[in-house]
Amino acid sequence: MPTVTLNKKVFEKLVGKSLTIEELKEKIPMLGTDLESVDEKEIHVEIFPNRPDQLSEQGLARAFSSFIGVNKGLKEYKVESSGEKLIVEKSVKDVRPYTACAIVKGINFDDETIKEIIQIQEKLHITYGRKRKKAAIGVYPLEKIKFPITYFAEDPKKVTFQPLESKEELTGLQILSKHPTGRDYAHLLEGLTKFAFFKDADDNILSMPPIINSHDVGKISESTTDVFVECSGFDFVVLKKCLNMIVTALADMGGKIYSLELEYDAKEITPDLSPEVMKIDYDYVNKRLGTNISEKEINDCLEKMGYGVKDKNALVPAYRADILHPIDLVEDIAIAYGYETFTPIIPKISTVGKELEIEKFKDKVSDLLVGLGLLEVETFNLTSETNQNKMMLAEGKPIKLHNALNKEFNVLRYWVLPSLLEVLNTNLNREYPQNIFGIGTVFKSKDTDTGVLEQERLAVTLCSDDADYTKIKQVLDFLMRMIDVEYEIKEVENNSFISGRVGRVSVKGKDVAYIGEVNPEVLGNWALEMPVAAFELNLTELFEKL
Amino acid sequence: MDIKSLVKTLHPLERKIIPFLTFCKTFYDLVEKSMMKDVEVMRALQWLENKEVLKLSESSTQMVSLDENGEKYADEGLPEIRFLKAIKEEMDVNDVAKKAKIEKEEIGICIGTLKSKAAIQAEGKPLKVKVLPAGEKMVESESLEQKFIISLKTPKPFDELAPEEQFSLENLQKRKKIVKVDTIKTKSYELTELGKKLVKEKDLDVELLEQLTPEMLKNNSWKGKEFRSYDIKINVPKIAAGRRHFIREAIKYVKQIWLEMGFEEMEGNIVQSAFWDLDSLFVPQDHPAREMQDTFYLADGKNIAQAKLPEDIAKKVKEVHEDGSDTGSKGWQYKWSEDVAKEILLRTHTTVLSAHTISKLKESDLPKKYFKVGRVYRNEALDWKHLFEFNQVDGIVVGEEATFSHLLGFLKEFFGKMGYADVRIRPAHFPYTEPSAEIEVLNPVKNEWVELGGCGIFRPEVTKTLIGKEVPVLAWGFGLGRILLPYYNLSDLRDLYKNDLEVLRNIKCWLK
Repeated sequence: MPTVTLNKKVFEKLVGKSLTIEELKEKIPMLGTDLESVDEKEIHVEIFPNRPDQLSEQGLARAFSSFIGVNKGLKEYKVESSGEKLIVEKSVKDVRPYTACAIVKGINFDDETIKEIIQIQEKLHITYGRKRKKAAIGVYPLEKIKFPITYFAEDPKKVTFQPLESKEELTGLQILSKHPTGRDYAHLLEGLTKFAFFKDADDNILSMPPIINSHDVGKISESTTDVFVECSGFDFVVLKKCLNMIVTALADMGGKIYSLELEYDAKEITPDLSPEVMKIDYDYVNKRLGTNISEKEINDCLEKMGYGVKDKNALVPAYRADILHPIDLVEDIAIAYGYETFTPIIPKISTVGKELEIEKFKDKVSDLLVGLGLLEVETFNLTSETNQNKMMLAEGKPIKLHNALNKEFNVLRYWVLPSLLEVLNTNLNREYPQNIFGIGTVFKSKDTDTGVLEQERLAVTLCSDDADYTKIKQVLDFLMRMIDVEYEIKEVENNSFISGRVGRVSVKGKDVAYIGEVNPEVLGNWALEMPVAAFELNLTELFEKL
Repeated sequence: MDIKSLVKTLHPLERKIIPFLTFCKTFYDLVEKSMMKDVEVMRALQWLENKEVLKLSESSTQMVSLDENGEKYADEGLPEIRFLKAIKEEMDVNDVAKKAKIEKEEIGICIGTLKSKAAIQAEGKPLKVKVLPAGEKMVESESLEQKFIISLKTPKPFDELAPEEQFSLENLQKRKKIVKVDTIKTKSYELTELGKKLVKEKDLDVELLEQLTPEMLKNNSWKGKEFRSYDIKINVPKIAAGRRHFIREAIKYVKQIWLEMGFEEMEGNIVQSAFWDLDSLFVPQDHPAREMQDTFYLADGKNIAQAKLPEDIAKKVKEVHEDGSDTGSKGWQYKWSEDVAKEILLRTHTTVLSAHTISKLKESDLPKKYFKVGRVYRNEALDWKHLFEFNQVDGIVVGEEATFSHLLGFLKEFFGKMGYADVRIRPAHFPYTEPSAEIEVLNPVKNEWVELGGCGIFRPEVTKTLIGKEVPVLAWGFGLGRILLPYYNLSDLRDLYKNDLEVLRNIKCWLK
């Protein structure tokens, strides 16, 4: 989650109240943000992904100010028409089809505010913009631009301009390989024959979204007062929201917002900062929260969260992107009401508890083995193919992961015994005998929805100077007697065990286990210097036969 | 303790050694004099120390003793003296050596030593030797070195050597394997006041019974006799017992809490489609949780393996993502891709089982409560606070009357039983719950608030789509490990799955 760093003094000015560190510590987490740290100078806050409008100092201060009751209710932003136009050519349709734009005038830019704007842009890019894939933002000095602006797509070899932080002119295509930002985001344009560009009435290139602005027309300086803002991407609704988040922050910096006319097939005017109207269902609120909050109080809660309230309707601020359903109002009401004020209640509704039968069976088996003096271990289902096969002289086919970070854990196990030998290997200097068992899930290919069958298996290993077939069979025999099951053992070959000392165990005609003395070569692979006698039993299949 | 009761506690080995305590000084003395075995003497001394009869101490001493050649010379005499004695007037060297039975390699040393003391004259080729006056004197009296060697038949502490013995030692050390000086650890003891009284006790030989045997019980031979008193404070070796893994003990308890509150255990697989794990829970397809660095996907050759989707539910899920369908929501407003939903992954949360479970519910089944404790997976590098495979505890309450206040009630009850008296919630965000909250508990040991997991009410987009009706579903999920660490005084999550047998054998059991 992105972190926003706020200058405490600036924040207090925006909120309209001076705040003690204690107040901030108490209130900020209750607003629905994570407070990382706070001191007399700076406040570090983590913003949840549903509130991109709080990624700017202005946005967060706006929310906080109304939350603590300084400036409650809907903050209205006036939008005047600029009379300017932006033409959207059809060529962008298969490239990056939409843009939403605005003009903001009268901002006193200085070093700090320029930095602040770049920060907001970057944070929105990463989060709401999904690393510029969904939305990319450009801010330009208005005085260098001649309207109307055209949004178009063209063969990137044919368009040349000097990008920001570059000393020379490059073609659109060269930017992807020669410019650092171009290299970072080149994957977003993969496979495209045309790239999208903004140009002004004099054919000056403004930018190549979502990569970079031009050095000439796309750079804000301290002499800038008016700016042109655009968001480009694939979803007009998302872009309009994104634009609203930026222009309201700019307005909070002292700017005045102007709209533009966008010439798509039909005309669109952006930005639109009129609030969305959502009916307040007071009963629904109390029913979901388990409270009895009055209408007046609910209205007050909404105002504390920056909504307007009019005729039992909530006026949802135009910069909120997370209000999809009336339930979203319920949460904001709960936040304003205060999570700490809810009374915990256990409802007197009776239901019957039930444990899974297979889980009960696993517990029973474990308890029996504990009675024999065995120690239970807990091992991972993720392991390596080497552990499953090579170390065991086995040739099974474990299910592989597509993207495991760690190569020692990139397959799902198909048997548990290797996991137990690994435990013995990490305990070479511990006291013997080491008689252990473990129950774990195993994974095999099978014709299911996911192509995988999961079963529960038990592995038991006896490791001591006198571990042998008789001793391990005594364990199996005890277990089978206790669960009242008859079993048969027949001779079998299995490389992991000593030939002639390994058996296949079946119950009612179903093969459920291997039992035997582990092959000394396998023991050598695991650096074990004590004999091991073991069995591996399929509990899922055994349980089905009970 | 008075002497009489003390005597009653004495083990036969202790009784055997006591008479020797007054005139011996060290452990070795005792072994030699008592004719007992090393271990027996050692045990007896330790027991006696426990009974405050004596105090053991250990010191290291430099001991001078004979080496291989030295032992031979102690009996036969030093070779140069034997050589000297064998000379009659002027003789050929080899004849002398033969007569004195001196081996070839020793001849040189003999001549060298004797010449340096002006005991002989050696000239000519072949070499002839003759005794000089100093040599005649040497023959008459036994040399200091010879005397010293003979005395070393019993090793001597270096510190107790007389000056002339030290001088001899210096000379002999220059020669091969005659004497050696070793550092020897000596265990010695000193009797305490109680010990001094005990050794004077005449009546040590009372007849006391040791182990009670079946034989004694059969023939009643124990009757009328006394049993030796044991040192009941004695340390005993640890017993090697069988045990459940400590996490399993805790899980059993966690399950019991939910079962007692009327929750049913959910079942379901670890390998899931993204559809069930994420899409059915209204997680948008471009949500960061789906990225490669967060989630393990299954391989199909070089691609991600693809699952089969349940057609009817998939259609509903597509609609709710795209425009909210009939749920009263706007949806995420993007084009939902079936291919993305088909990707197969290792479940990222046990909440996926809640999705499966509610999708099978009919309205007439309600209300219901479910829980699960199971493994979940995150594609993370292993460190003290991150595991890629760990246990999660999940729960849901499905019912028309369920509220946010109930959610708090269940959590407070659960964490109270887990040993956390103070629970609080803070606003949070999860794509599938609204309202959402973060659960924090007060760590009773460190007195700090610790974040444990998330909770909330499933969004109408989830419940209406899966159940067919907007029924409130209270839901929570948290990592089990962090809840358990304080109880076991652990701070590293990896320790939970380390399987160090020493730890598994000795860690305290789950006592709640």
